[in-house]
Amino acid sequence: MQTSEPSPQIAVSADDALAEQVKMLEGRIARLEAQMQQVREELPDNRVSIIVFSGDLDKVLPAFIIATGAAAMGMEVSLFFTFWGLNVLKKRRDLAGKGFLEKLFALMTPVGTEGLGVSKMNFFGIGAKMLRALMKSKQVASLEELVQMAKEMGVRIVACQMSMDVLGITKDELWDNIEVGGVASFLADATKSKITLFL
Amino acid sequence: MAMPFDKELDVRGAKCPVPVVKARQAVNELQVGQVLRVLATDPGSVNDFKGWAQVAKIVELVAQETETMDGQTVYVHYVKRIG
Repeated sequence: MQTSEPSPQIAVSADDALAEQVKMLEGRIARLEAQMQQVREELPDNRVSIIVFSGDLDKVLPAFIIATGAAAMGMEVSLFFTFWGLNVLKKRRDLAGKGFLEKLFALMTPVGTEGLGVSKMNFFGIGAKMLRALMKSKQVASLEELVQMAKEMGVRIVACQMSMDVLGITKDELWDNIEVGGVASFLADATKSKITLFL
Repeated sequence: MAMPFDKELDVRGAKCPVPVVKARQAVNELQVGQVLRVLATDPGSVNDFKGWAQVAKIVELVAQETETMDGQTVYVHYVKRIG
């Protein structure tokens, strides 16, 4: 009897088994990588999405404070302006081409940040003036300064097309270089956001 | 305690969110590794700078001090650009 080396037959099958195992592990790694990729895609971005529904000075202010603060912290920011919030974005008021009710709405709503009232104790604009005076005396940035900062920091500003249509507001009446979109453009950003707010 | 810094930002008098916003803009001008010294009078800025450094990937809060300058309490923040 000789204590022979393992027969070639066995050696080959051991190699085969190893190759089989490597192949299986490679398959598992590929599947895990694909799953990781999927999980990564579903994770929220470092984004804040805010719906600005109100056209009140005291509600638009926090929207822009959060927007500029978040942008400063390195977050992406999207602001969606709808309904009364659209007044914030107005740069002028065009009456030509508007229907009767649209004209009334246009005349009864403020144009731009400077015309905004406060949600309580407005007293035909006196309340807003008082709030602005208080903010100025305490060296708090004005809404106009915050808007300027938000623009400089690349905050995404989207006007709601449907509200614009309802109220008869045209894109020409709104700030330059803003986007127009619908619910899907808000939801697209909101699903990728860590923070969503409605103001 | 004087710490070395490369640039200074004076936001004394400014209120939330201006100190953080201006600091962020100033940090953008820095090279990685450089330090910004921020002078603020807003007491809220102490926590705001901590929160900023926690969230933002590009900054590290190196130190915070409270000093009295011209009879005013000044919160001094040292922020380093790390990314």
